[in-house]
This record gives sequence, structure tokens and C-alpha cells, in this order.
Amino acid sequence: MPIDSSHGAGDEVLLMGNEAIARGALEAGVAVAAAYPGTPSSEIIETLSGFARPGKLYVEWSTNEKVALEVAAAASFAGLRSLCVMKQNGVNVASDFLLHLVGSGTRGGMVLVSCDDPGALSSVNEGESRHFARLVEIPLLEPADFQEAKEMTRWAFDLSEELRTIVMLRSVTRMSHASGNVRLGELPSAGGSAAFLCDGPVTDAERGPMISAPVIQKHRLQQQKVAQALKRFETSPFNAYEGPARPELLIVTSSACALYSREAVGLLGTRDRVGILKLGTTWPIPPELVKRSLAAAGRVLIVEEVLPFLEEQVKVLAAEAAGEIGIKTIQGKNDGTLPMAGELNPDLVACAVAAILGIAPPALPAAYCDTLRQYAALAPRREQTFCPGCPHRASYWSIREALRRDGRGGFVCGDIGCYAMASLFPAAGFHTAKTLHAMGSGTGLASGFGKLGGFGMEQPVIAVCGDSTFYHAAVPALINAVHQQAGIVFVVLDNSGTAMTGFQPHPGTETNAMGDRAPVVDIAALCRAIGTEVAVGDPFALRETRETLNDLLERKGGVRVLILKQSCALSPEKKGKKGFLMRVDEGLCRGDACGCNRLCTRIFRCPGLLWDRQAAKARIDEVICAGCGVCAGICPVEAIRSEEAPRL
Amino acid sequence: MTNRTLPRDPYNIVITGVGGQGNVMASRVLANMLVRRGYRVTIGETFGMSQRGGSVMSHLRVSQKAVWSPQIPKGRADLIVAIEPLEAIRVLIEYGNPGVKTLVNMRPIYPVGVITGESDYPEDGQIRAAVGELSAEAWFLDATAEAISLGNPILGNIVMIGAVAGLAELPIDGELFAAVIGEGMPAGRVEANLRAFAIGAAAAGKG
Ligand code: SF4
Ligand code: SF4
Repeated sequence: MPIDSSHGAGDEVLLMGNEAIARGALEAGVAVAAAYPGTPSSEIIETLSGFARPGKLYVEWSTNEKVALEVAAAASFAGLRSLCVMKQNGVNVASDFLLHLVGSGTRGGMVLVSCDDPGALSSVNEGESRHFARLVEIPLLEPADFQEAKEMTRWAFDLSEELRTIVMLRSVTRMSHASGNVRLGELPSAGGSAAFLCDGPVTDAERGPMISAPVIQKHRLQQQKVAQALKRFETSPFNAYEGPARPELLIVTSSACALYSREAVGLLGTRDRVGILKLGTTWPIPPELVKRSLAAAGRVLIVEEVLPFLEEQVKVLAAEAAGEIGIKTIQGKNDGTLPMAGELNPDLVACAVAAILGIAPPALPAAYCDTLRQYAALAPRREQTFCPGCPHRASYWSIREALRRDGRGGFVCGDIGCYAMASLFPAAGFHTAKTLHAMGSGTGLASGFGKLGGFGMEQPVIAVCGDSTFYHAAVPALINAVHQQAGIVFVVLDNSGTAMTGFQPHPGTETNAMGDRAPVVDIAALCRAIGTEVAVGDPFALRETRETLNDLLERKGGVRVLILKQSCALSPEKKGKKGFLMRVDEGLCRGDACGCNRLCTRIFRCPGLLWDRQAAKARIDEVICAGCGVCAGICPVEAIRSEEAPRL
Repeated sequence: MTNRTLPRDPYNIVITGVGGQGNVMASRVLANMLVRRGYRVTIGETFGMSQRGGSVMSHLRVSQKAVWSPQIPKGRADLIVAIEPLEAIRVLIEYGNPGVKTLVNMRPIYPVGVITGESDYPEDGQIRAAVGELSAEAWFLDATAEAISLGNPILGNIVMIGAVAGLAELPIDGELFAAVIGEGMPAGRVEANLRAFAIGAAAAGKG
């Protein structure tokens, strides 16, 4: 139940961390919000799009994070408050512009929200965006609960506007995707008006051009802004200490780790021995405040995810202030007290605290642990795979068949989206996909592989790319491949939306983030315009797709494009509607006696197809089967029968 | 109305299932009911890739006084609500303790490895034995079968939430459920949800 306009000021509602951030932006009067979808950040823009209204709030899903940041910056330059949202590695994409934006400064309050993913719960990296705040020298805030996520976002706009610099707010999956009580504040009523004042000299922050030069002068100015931010941080209510006046152990922490720390200290029953300094303003850390806490403490433990970001700051501070506060032992990541990779949880923190204090960590009764051990292996793993009815399963099936027939050891360069599962879980992609890196990198890698023929490399190369990824970062790589005449087959897995993150529109869809109609940037037309031949097919037509692929693989020359178009099984137009009613003809299915060696269930592996052990035959699970009809084309004896489902 | 104090504070609930079973919706509905009763609730969710057949788990922390971490410490669940039997065992192994109560929907969803014959799905009897031995009290329901009889297997999640109310551990009931579910759901769908809730409440009812 996301927030909508029916909720008013003073109401206490259950909000997801991302919804709380969105609400904070609304209460701050945000006028423009731009983002590229990425788990765990996407719900922020989704929430805001429900509030979009002409002259009040403009929301867009931009083609990538750098463009999103530029779009948001333009609004700030024109005096409006703007928000830009991305997942952790999105900041890498946006960082070139970010660096220069810090040089030029901002006008209307501008906030960059980055949602990091410690533990890589839904990422293929554990990158940490906090380091960008230090790298480009901008104030960094980290909320530690849901109410704070809202308040802090709101305040971030004020701070940005006061300092005339972008402010970064960092969340993590366990905050963004968790939910809790939030008391709502007022929404401003007046809309903003935009004008870019640019008739002044270069040094005029309010009326001059927005550029990062003169560089040294602007750089110094930024450092003054950060010093100004520090003054605010020293007295900020987002930094709080709880615990005894002279704690035996001081925990310095931020974000979700503050909740883990509190829980750990409670579990161990050590509230009278351990104090917790929760920092909400984490770059730069406020030195006076932190020094006071350090001075009162015996030992110090820094609890944070993932790299020792606070730890290094605290250590520098402690070294500089050693004369004043004495020499402190500071533990955390560097000495291995807490792991430097993966996410934390209350148990890891409790074990660390217990070890430091020399007490036993919390444990269950021994008899119960024995029973646990007895059943530990009972539950088989639940491997992730494509949804029943997913077009990607069909596409990879055809790629597998085509590469087998081709016989030259060809492989697929994977990319980011649901279809990345083919690289992550080899069985999902029938062991065809062999690389996986950043958005669009499959195409760039293929462009490189495609030039290695001169060194004797004969393996054919297929790059796959989703529709959203195509616009995001594959286009420059594809242009490169065309111009360099790299010999590759480029397959667009077009499922008509950003499926992985929940069907956000992109330049290929007919509507935009606000639900308005938008012109479609046609992938096929764009590919043709840069000089490639383009075939378009339906991945559910297995035989045709396989034949087309083999034909493209055999052709000599540069880039050959195949667009496989079929919408995602979970897309609103398909979800819950079966195209076909499926059944396995028990008379035809030869079961274990068939030479196929259970091709349907062992290799194709759609969860809608079961292997019935008793009957030793395949069977359809009607609850799971999405009725795509594809498996009918898998069985060599045509035992899997499809019948068109009645239209409802 | 059952009593309004929690058996423990925080009261820790794990709702678990497989992507597509309505796990997230179940946790939101239950949490919204409790927020309406004036509690502070934290839900921790892992649903990044969950729609694609993986295990899903929501942690609910219910408290009168504080915001708790979105992750329940290991071995600290008070109540486990499993919409799928295998997930009940998985969660018990990590979060079970001698005091935990467990509700299990017995309709299996087979992992891909089981479908392909690479691994075995435990038998009904093994599941009951494991859940029984690892829980202080356990209930086994046919929530999916009930939901199918109501016209939609997805309602199995609401049958399970009804069962939570039936335990009378938490101050929630059908009236409160009706108020929460009515928000933002077309009236046509509300009726089936109310019936699913009532079926679950009766199935786990203490009389
Ligand atoms: S969400 Fe769509 S694209 Fe992703 S695995 Fe499922 S069906 Fe395939
Ligand atoms: S028709 Fe076959 S391939 Fe399609 S969802 Fe059903 S079982 Fe899976």
C-alpha cells in the first residue's frame, strides 16, 4: 500500500525506506526527479511518479544515470529543487558529470540518492558509493531508520540550497526495501517556477554560467562549502549517542548497522557497558562530536558496511587528536573484527562485541542445536531461474541449439537484466553465457572479441542485450563494433520494459514515467541507421529463431543484429493470462525410456514442467505453468500438447 | 478482540515462501494491521530477484516501543508463517528455537533441482516431523487448496494471515483485516480475501 495523496500530514503510516525518501523529497518541494531503475532504488521514482503533475512535479526514467543527473542538474540550475536516484554502481556511470557538477555548483536544492547493496542481494557487485562523496567532496548523509529517511531527505534539500552544492544521501537495501512507521509532514502547496539566470560573470554563483572553471578557484570554494557543512553536522540531530557516560566500548556506526548494533548490545545484555554513537552525517564526520565520544570511551568498534569508510575517518581523527583524547584502540574491518565483504547483521555485530568484551555470544540450547543439525540438509536449494513463460528461456534455448549446430565453440557475452541469470546460474542459460559485467559491457566485450580473428580466434561471439540496457550503454559499444567491423551477432532480448526492476518504461515504450504517451525510439531503426542488417523474430518460434541464428553465425562481415521480441511473462498484459492450455500426452511421453534423457525437465527446466517420479513421465503443473506454449516445441516426440486457451 | 499486549517485545515473525506466492503482500497486510493497532513495525524484506522462483522471506518486528532491525537475529523467531513447506524448514534451521510457533501451508512448490530429478523433495511425513520437532507448536494447513476453491491460488497467502489471527497471539481480527484490505483494492476482489482470511482463522483457531 504505497503512499498516495489520500495520506495527510500527521498520519502515521507504514512506509518502505524508499517511499520514506520519496515522501521526504515531496515534503521538501521537489520539482524534478530523474533516475535510471536499479534495485534497490527503483521504488523512489515509482512513488514520486504517482504525485507528478504539470508545473508541480516532473518525473522521468532517463536512459542512464549520467543523463538522469544532468536532467536533475538542469532543474537545479533553473532554481528548482531536484532529485536524482540510482543504485550504487549507477554512481560510477554518473560520476564524470558529478565531478564537474561539484565544480560548477548548484542553485535549487539538489540531492543525489544512492541505494547501495551490501551483500549483493540484487547486484553483481558490492560497490560502495560512499567513497564518491569523499572523492568529489560533497556532504554525505546516511539514514538509520524510516522516519529519519524522510526527515533527512527533506533536510538534504535545505542543506544543498544553503551551500549551493549537491548533497548525497546513501541508503542500503536493508533500509530501502525494509518498511517501518513514518509520521508524515506537510506537503508544500505552491509549485516552482523555472528560469536559468546566466547573464552574470563566471564568478557569480547566482547569475553566472554554470561551469567548473576557473578550476582551482571553484575547487577551493567547494572545500569551503564542505567546511560549512561540517558546522551543521556538529549539531545535527541525525548524530546521536546512546549509552553510559563512560562506556567500556564505544560503537561508532551508521545506517542499518546502527539498528544491528543496538540489537546486538541488547542481545548480549551489555547496555550498561557499551555506548553507540550513531552518525547520520558520514562525510565528513563531525570532528568535535566524534572526539568527545572517543575521549569518554575505553575501546572503539566501528560497525559499517562494506569498506572501512567511517573507520578510516575515525582513525585519522583519533591520530590527529591523540594528544587531546589519548591513544585509542580502534577495531573494525582492518583488523578483521568484522568482515570487509558481505553485509552485516545483528549476529555478526553481537559476536564481535562479545569477543571484545570477553563474554559468550548468544546461543540456543544444545539439545535444540542437535535437532537442527539433524534436519539441516533436508531442504534442497532453491535455485533461481527464469519465470515460467519467460521469453529469455526460449531465446537461450535457440542460442544453445544454434551454437551446437555451428560447432565452433561459440559463446554469449551476457549483460545486466533478468537475462543475466544465464551467466549467474549456468543451467538457466543452458551454459551458453560466459561473461557478465556492467550495463552494456556484453556488447563492448563482444566488439573486442570480434576483432581477435586475426589472432586465430575462430569462436563465434554473440552479445545479448535487453531493451533497456540497449539504450543505457550498449549503443556506443554497438557503434564501435560497427565502425571497427567486429564480427559479432548482436541479439536484443526485447521484452518491452525494464522487467528486472518492475517494468519501468524506457525509450522503447509508448509511455513515460508519468504514464503519458511518449515517442518510441525504435531499436531496429536505430540499428539500421548505424549500418547494420537487422532481423526481427519471436523467440517463442523456436525453429525459426534457431535457423535465423545459424544463418547469422555463418555470415561473414561485421555486426549482424537479431531482435527477439516477446514481452516479459510478468508484464501487465500477460500476467495471469495463459496463451495456451498445456498437457503432457501420457501415451506419447516415453518417460525414462525416451532417448531424450528428460530433455524437457532436466535441460529445458521450465518450472511449469515437472518430472513425475512415480509415473516416470513429464507432467504440467497448472498452477505454475504460464501457458506460453514453448515447451511443446522441445519434446522430440511431441508429447507436450498445447491448445489455445479460451479468451476471457 | 484478543488482548492487546504482545507475548514478547519485540515479537518476531518470519513470513516465508517462494517468489510469486504473495509473500510481500502478506507481510505488508499483517504489518499494516499492526500499525493501525498502534504498534511500531519493521519489515525486512529480501525480494531483489524473488519474482524469479527464489526463496522469499520477510522479517516482521512488532514492538510497543522501538524500531527494530530489519533482520531478526538467528534463532529468534517467535512465529514462522510458511506459505511453502520447504521454506518452513529452511527458516526453522536459521531462526527456530524451542519456543517458536510455526504455520505451514503444505502445498509444495518444487525447486528446479527437484523438477529435474537432481534433488529430492522431502516427503510429507518428514516435513511434519521436522517442523514438529523444531517448533513448540505447529499447524499444517492446505491453504493453496482452500484458495483454489475460492477461485485463485494466490489467496493462499491471505489464508495464512487468517491463520495468524486464529492463533490469537496478536491483536488482529477479521474486522481489522477488512479495513486494511479494503484500502486500494477493487471491491470485487475484497470478498474472496475476506473469505480466505476467515478460512485461515478457523483452521488455526483455538476454539
Ligand atoms: S521477470 Fe520477465 S524477463 Fe524476468 S525472468 Fe521473469 S519473465 Fe523473464
Ligand atoms: S507452456 Fe511449457 S514452457 Fe511455457 S510456462 Fe508452461 S510449462 Fe513452461
